[in-house]
Parts: sequence; C-alpha cells; structure tokens
Amino acid sequence: MTTSNNSVAAEKAVAFLQVEGLVKSYAPQDASVAPVFEAVNFDIQKGEFVCIIGHSGCGKSTILNILAGLDEATKGYVIMNGKEVVGPSLDRGVVFQSHALMPWMSALKNVEFGVRSRWPDKTPEQIHAHAMKYLDMVGLGKAAHKKPHELSGGMKQRVGIARAFAIEPQMLLLDEPFGALDALTRGTIQDELLQIVKATGQTVFMITHDVDEAILLADKVMLMSHGPRARIAEIVENTMPRERTRSTVHHDPQYYAIRNHLVDFLVHRAAPAPEHPNTSASQANAEQHKQPTVVRPGLKALANTETTPSLNLLQRSAT
Amino acid sequence: MKDFKKQKWAPWALSGLILVVLIAIWTIATLPEEAAVNVDAEYAALVGQAASTGSKTPLPTPGDVGEKLWGHVSDPFYDRGTNDKGIGIQLGYSIFRVLVGFGLAALVAIPLGFLIGMSPLLYKALDPFIQILKPVSPLAWMPLALYTIKDSDISAIFVIFICSIWPMLVNTAFGVAGVRRDWLNVAKTLEVSALRTAFQVILPAAAPTIMTGMRISVGIAWLVIVAAEMLVGGTGIGYFVWNEWNNLSIANIISAILFIGLIGMLLDTLLARLARFVSYKE
Repeated sequence: MTTSNNSVAAEKAVAFLQVEGLVKSYAPQDASVAPVFEAVNFDIQKGEFVCIIGHSGCGKSTILNILAGLDEATKGYVIMNGKEVVGPSLDRGVVFQSHALMPWMSALKNVEFGVRSRWPDKTPEQIHAHAMKYLDMVGLGKAAHKKPHELSGGMKQRVGIARAFAIEPQMLLLDEPFGALDALTRGTIQDELLQIVKATGQTVFMITHDVDEAILLADKVMLMSHGPRARIAEIVENTMPRERTRSTVHHDPQYYAIRNHLVDFLVHRAAPAPEHPNTSASQANAEQHKQPTVVRPGLKALANTETTPSLNLLQRSAT
Repeated sequence: MKDFKKQKWAPWALSGLILVVLIAIWTIATLPEEAAVNVDAEYAALVGQAASTGSKTPLPTPGDVGEKLWGHVSDPFYDRGTNDKGIGIQLGYSIFRVLVGFGLAALVAIPLGFLIGMSPLLYKALDPFIQILKPVSPLAWMPLALYTIKDSDISAIFVIFICSIWPMLVNTAFGVAGVRRDWLNVAKTLEVSALRTAFQVILPAAAPTIMTGMRISVGIAWLVIVAAEMLVGGTGIGYFVWNEWNNLSIANIISAILFIGLIGMLLDTLLARLARFVSYKE
C-alpha cells in the first residue's frame, strides 16, 4: 500500500499541483448521505490556466476553498509544490466572488493589507510603492484613495485582483470573479486578466459559469458532473494558440468545436455518475483515484476541416 | 407658501409653532382660578393666603417656570449646603456617575462581547445568563448593591454599570459574530495574525454595531440615574427632583425635567458623532 502510494507520488512529482482522491461529504459517518463530490483527481502544471465549469451545487467552490486551505476535504489531499495543503497560505492568492474588499479601507489600504502580511519587514514606503504598482497594473492608480463604495463593481473586482496578485502567490484561485459584472466590463477585465497572466506566467485555477470565458482564458477546462457524487467528468484541452483575444477568438476554426463540446456536456452529459453498489474495495479505491479523461475537440475539428473537401466530393459523386 | 415644505427652515418654523401652541395651552390651563371658598380668617392668617382660599396648589405658569429656568441658568453652580446646590452641580454629579458607570461597563462589555462573539461555544454557554440578567430592572440591584458595597455613591455607579453592560455586551457579541465570512477568509488567506485580524478586520467591521450598543447603553444609563439618585439621595439631578418634590416646587421639577432631557440629548448626539466616525458604507 505504502509502496504503491510512493510510486504514484514519484510518478507525478512533475505536476505543480496535484489533487488526489478528493471527497467532500457533510455527513461522512452516514452512508445514506451521498458526498457532494468524490473521486476528484487532477493535476495543474506551473503556468497553466485552468477553468472549472459545472452546474450550481456540484461543489466547485468547495474544491476551490480546499485548494485555498479555507475548507477541509473529507478524504484525499492536495499537494502544491511538493507540500500538502493544510491551511490558508500566502502561496495561494484568492479572488473572491463578492470582491470581499474591506469597506472601511481605501483601495490602496486593501492592497497594502496583504502586502504588509507578505513582507512584514518592508518599510511603509516600500509597501505603498508595491501596492501602487499592482493598482496601476489593473488601471486603478488614480482611484487608489477611494473607498470601495465609491468604486464601480468592475473596479472593485479589479482591486480584488490587484490584492491577490500583489502578494505574488505561486498560484491564483479565482472564484467566479466576474459573475456579478455586466458583459462589457467583464470582457474588459477578462482581457486585462489575460494580459497580466501572460506577463507574469501566473498559475491560475478559476471557477466560471461562462463557457466563452473559459474558452478565452483557460488552457484546460475541467467539466464537473452534477452533484451529489459529482466528479470531474472530463478535461477539455484548449488546443487553440495561447495568443488569443476576445475579439478574434471566435474566428479560430477550433472555437466552435470546443464551445459545442462544452455546451453539449453541460446540457446533456452532466448527469450524475451512476452508483456502483457492488464494487469491491480495491475497485472502489481504483475508481477513487481514476484520472479524468482528457479530450481535445478542437484538434478533431481541425482534422475535419482538412478532410471536408474530399467528403464533399464523395457526397457529390453519390448523388 | 407653496414652497414652504422645501424650505430649509420649515422644520424649525414648525417646531417653533408647536412650542408656541404648547405654551399657550399651558398658559390657559394654569390661569388663576377664582377663590371658591372662604375659610376662617384666623386660619387664613395662620396658613397663608394660597392655602386659605382652599384651592389646590396651582400648577406653575410658563412664566413661573421661565423665571426658575433663568435662575438656574444664570447661577448654576452655587452651593448653599446639602439641600441647596445649583442645578449645574447636581447635573455634574449625575453626569459623572453615568460616565464612570458607563465607562467601566464598556471596559468589561466590549472585550467580553468580543470573546463571546468569536467563540460560538462561549456564546451558547453565556447566553442563558445574559438572557436572564438583561431584563432585570437595574434598580432591583440597588438593595443588593447597598448591602454589599455599603456606600450609596458607589452603589449608584454600580447600578449604572449593571444597566449599561447588557446592550454593549449583546451588540458587541452580535457585531463580532456577524463579521462577513469573506473578510475573515481574506485575512486567513493572507496569513494575517490573529491579533491584526482582531484589530484591523473584526473591530472595524463590528464597530458600527458596537457603537449602536453604546448609544443604547448611555441612553438607558441616563434614564436610570434619575431613579437611582432618588433612592440613594444626597446629590445628583435625581435627588434634586425628589428634593423639589418634597419642597412642592413644581416649577423646579419642570426645569429639572427640561435639563435632564437636554443632557440626555447631548450624550446621545455625542455618541452619534462618534458612530459616524467609525461607520462605513458597503
């Protein structure tokens, strides 16, 4: 048992973040209560942008909170950079859905709050300069001294992003950060986020409900089935070139294949996983640690566009 | 006249009008009555003209009260022995007792409320005690205080202490327990120390609720001090009212009522100012 676990760990030592056999149940003693999710396994490589999509209640936010160290898994573990995640850490910056800015502090003070914690030895001037740098990065240098209630929803979320980036974490966790924003603002901030992530090589794990947002931002989209007993059913690799922008991404020949695949999943295939009441313990264990399948619908679409002309010819000759 | 409602001075004008009407009613109600009964001349000479007419002691007219008020305002701090001190001195005693009792209560209630708010276990454990002690009239503590402390002055302060403590305790605990989860999570993910979280996140977040508790407390304390001083006697505005009742000086009692109201308003305004200082908009 220990040897096999060790070999598994050794084999995956390359991944920056490993999530193994994660289960969350609100009544672990009671077998009749199904866990919210189970058998959640995935890896994230350094510098990767991963989005997770699923219907409400499948436990996406719980997974993010476990990664953040704010919540505990019933079973399984998370390893980041060779160390198990056991609590919150400055190594993982979190952007909350509701921006979570302290309303009694100015935008600047909100950012400084984290910076001071990250580098307690910095002088106030250094902390100020560091926080200003990140506020400038999200285009809010001029609004630094405004209180959150004086800022628009988009600006507040930008401050939240600046606060998370300013502590220079090894990984960024975003919990549906643009959910409450109007479409125009959301688009602008998506572009900004893409720019910043590209410039900093940040590793990102993000929850979203928005398929287009996922396609634009993510290198990998993880699809979750319905809860209870939700799982990561599939990992869709985004095979489009990484230099994509909101205005051009939908012209890519792979775009609609990927988009349709994601929407199809959400609409038709997200049903809960069937239960396996008669599986043996070892089977259940194997099931628990099964990695989700990786699909590349974009590449298939590329292949199809290459073969389409000949297909047309065949059809024509048939008629 | 159409724009009257929109004028800045309109509420003031209306208040003034209401005051004039009230004083007019008061004047009419206290017009001197005709002497109804004549009594024995010898008796009249003995007890004085007012009593001899057989009419009740008339309520003071607005003029009488105004005269007394002017007397108090023009010389508030005189001291002619135990039972004859200026109203300023008496109010000073009362304010001092309220501030000491209230201050001590704040020193106990705010840290304790903080702990209770932070710990759901402590919250549940102390809840029955708070729920039972909170509705007890503070004056019910008075005999117990007099018996154990054996000092009427400190007993009055104790009664203020005990009545001020509950709103502050309950509001602090409520405010601390209700701090948004998100803000605490932010502090956690930023690995902010417990002490910094307490002072830079929880305290500012709960401050408006705590201030509301303090405002309620100081209001109750000012209500209670009058009754407490009536009981313990000696000094204070409550004793002054009781003393003037014994003197049957209704005009003095009415002036005291006005001063009590005025000081109460001042205390509340002061804390409201402080509250504005710590409030925040979301």
